[in-house]
Amino acid sequence: MRVTNLRKLAALVAAGTLVLVGCSSSEESGSGAYEGPLQDTPGTINVLAWPGYAEDGTNDPNVDWVTPFEEATGCTVNVKTYGTSDEAVQLMQGGGYDVISASGDASLRLIYGGDLQPVNLDLIPNYADIFDNLKDRPWNTVDGKNYGVPHGRGANVLQYTMGKVNPEPTSWSVVWEPNSPAKGKVTAYDSAIYIADAAVYLMATKPELGITDPYALDQDQFDAAMALLEQQKPLIAEYWSDYTKYIGAVQSGSITVGTSWQVIANVLNGEKATVGAVKPQEGATGWSDTWMISSKTEAIDCAYKWLNHIITPSVNAQAAEYFGEAPANSKACALTANPDHCSLYHAEETDYWSNVYYWKTPTEDCLDGRTDVKCVPYSEWVKAWSSFRNK
Amino acid sequence: MIKSAQHFLNRHVKTRAALLLSLPLGWMIVIYLGALFALFLTSIWKIDTFTSDVIREFTLENFTDVFTDRAYFNVSIRTLMVAISVTLICAVIAIPMAFYMARIAKPSNRPILVALVLTPLWASYLVKVYAWRTMFYPESGFLQWLISPVGGKSPGFGMVAVIIGLTYLWLPYMVLPIYAGMEKLPNSVVDASADLGAKPGRTFREVVMPITWPTIIAGSVFTFSLSMGDYITVQILGGTFQMLGNVVYQNFSLNLPFAAAVSLIPVIIMMIYLAGIRKTGALDNL
Repeated sequence: MRVTNLRKLAALVAAGTLVLVGCSSSEESGSGAYEGPLQDTPGTINVLAWPGYAEDGTNDPNVDWVTPFEEATGCTVNVKTYGTSDEAVQLMQGGGYDVISASGDASLRLIYGGDLQPVNLDLIPNYADIFDNLKDRPWNTVDGKNYGVPHGRGANVLQYTMGKVNPEPTSWSVVWEPNSPAKGKVTAYDSAIYIADAAVYLMATKPELGITDPYALDQDQFDAAMALLEQQKPLIAEYWSDYTKYIGAVQSGSITVGTSWQVIANVLNGEKATVGAVKPQEGATGWSDTWMISSKTEAIDCAYKWLNHIITPSVNAQAAEYFGEAPANSKACALTANPDHCSLYHAEETDYWSNVYYWKTPTEDCLDGRTDVKCVPYSEWVKAWSSFRNK
Repeated sequence: MIKSAQHFLNRHVKTRAALLLSLPLGWMIVIYLGALFALFLTSIWKIDTFTSDVIREFTLENFTDVFTDRAYFNVSIRTLMVAISVTLICAVIAIPMAFYMARIAKPSNRPILVALVLTPLWASYLVKVYAWRTMFYPESGFLQWLISPVGGKSPGFGMVAVIIGLTYLWLPYMVLPIYAGMEKLPNSVVDASADLGAKPGRTFREVVMPITWPTIIAGSVFTFSLSMGDYITVQILGGTFQMLGNVVYQNFSLNLPFAAAVSLIPVIIMMIYLAGIRKTGALDNL
């Protein structure tokens, strides 16, 4: 009697699992994007965002573009922020989030991992105003399917303390070459993705390596980039990933030159101009962030409304200005509190961005389209970086 | 009901013992050994190299990566050097301090001295480390200001800064057990040594030190293990210098199994250390 009961139970559990498996696989194998039209069903969305991207007034009561959205749509929004792309990938894989603001080095990993769904841009009217050079790019579009709406972008600039670095640098050579005038006071970004910065410099200085995309490095090119990082090491005072610590080090004079973000330079120049920030002649790495929807969301209507809301010109202007980057919506530039914001961040220029290489996740299949060689995948970048930093 | 339970437990001694032990043992097994086991288990799993998902398939690759890459051997040695240096410096400072507190200072002043040693522990760890950071700034830091008139130069950020910072942080953990040990030392033993003609120095070396030796070892367990695992002080004071904790921190989000494999190194070192000192009786003084 007992045994049969147990068997029944086991059979039930197994059947339940089958049903569950059946459901989830049918969802994933769907033809892709949501067809709409959007329903006015209230719902709750959990938002995974870079700090400053989805402000609901808790940090600063005057900075709030979440509450107006909730009031207008009846959707409830919970925001969780993260510090690095790697953390974002981990959280997203854990599930429970409906939308995410992903940089290019996170988005591809999530798309190929099946964590995101293609979006139907017809349901997002504000998409029409997005700058053209942000549409249909490799970090937000795969196999012709769009996976989200662009939010904003920035370049990793070369920052230097005025008066301490002479002459004022216009080339990354000041952070790479052994005869740098700033030896011992250089900083670099403490992440494997910084290997791409070395590749950007090699593109200009060693054309014989044939690098065309700093995120598509074959083994030889990768080794050259690592060798350049080794060459740089004696120049380095500190590697940075915490930008408040970086600001302190610049103020104290222990760091005078290195890769930086425009927002850091702005903070340092808050009272009086002390640092310069340029995009050197070789070009630079940068980021371009995209709002994307989880493949497992249960609040699809609210998620679409969020994507449309966050790139509304007025909201995009607020968010870009609060974070310190170039907005993605072309109409946002007219609405920033500081009328110079867009020129300060080069939002409307096309040339400025032509040699900005946005963060992407390197894969074994070369991102630059080469098929005769294998490229070094990001997991190897991470291993090499960890080994390099602990050598 | 309660009475009958009492009766039952009185008659069944083993059941009683089992019930009494279940809570601490459960804690030990589930929380401590369980976590260690989970760590070990994770270290023999694979990851999907693109999406960083953990795949539950057996592999020893993480260990070969750790043990064949020279960098991780070097960082283990560096971490060990830092932990040993911090422990030795703490002992050198703490022994005379504790001796003064326990034997020389007026008994009425002792609680105040103990409170003074404890006070830094009440301040936030981060506040203290950031305070050291401002002191170590190579050009504008306090140390530079202090040393430059006599022709010296601030060490700046690096291994020295980390050792000084950690020594400052963990010193109370060394002072307190030694103080407790020296205070328990009976006056009669010290007096007897003096009566037999030993000078104070010899009494200290041959009477006080041997008796308080286990307490010094007990303090070293704290300073050594806390230094082995630290990574925040290293991030703030280390400049480009890194320790084992930083390797774990850098890898845990992208390659959890590898981070788990690395984190077993300090666990193994600590086990060897604890096994080595078990004979000294120091563990009774923790």
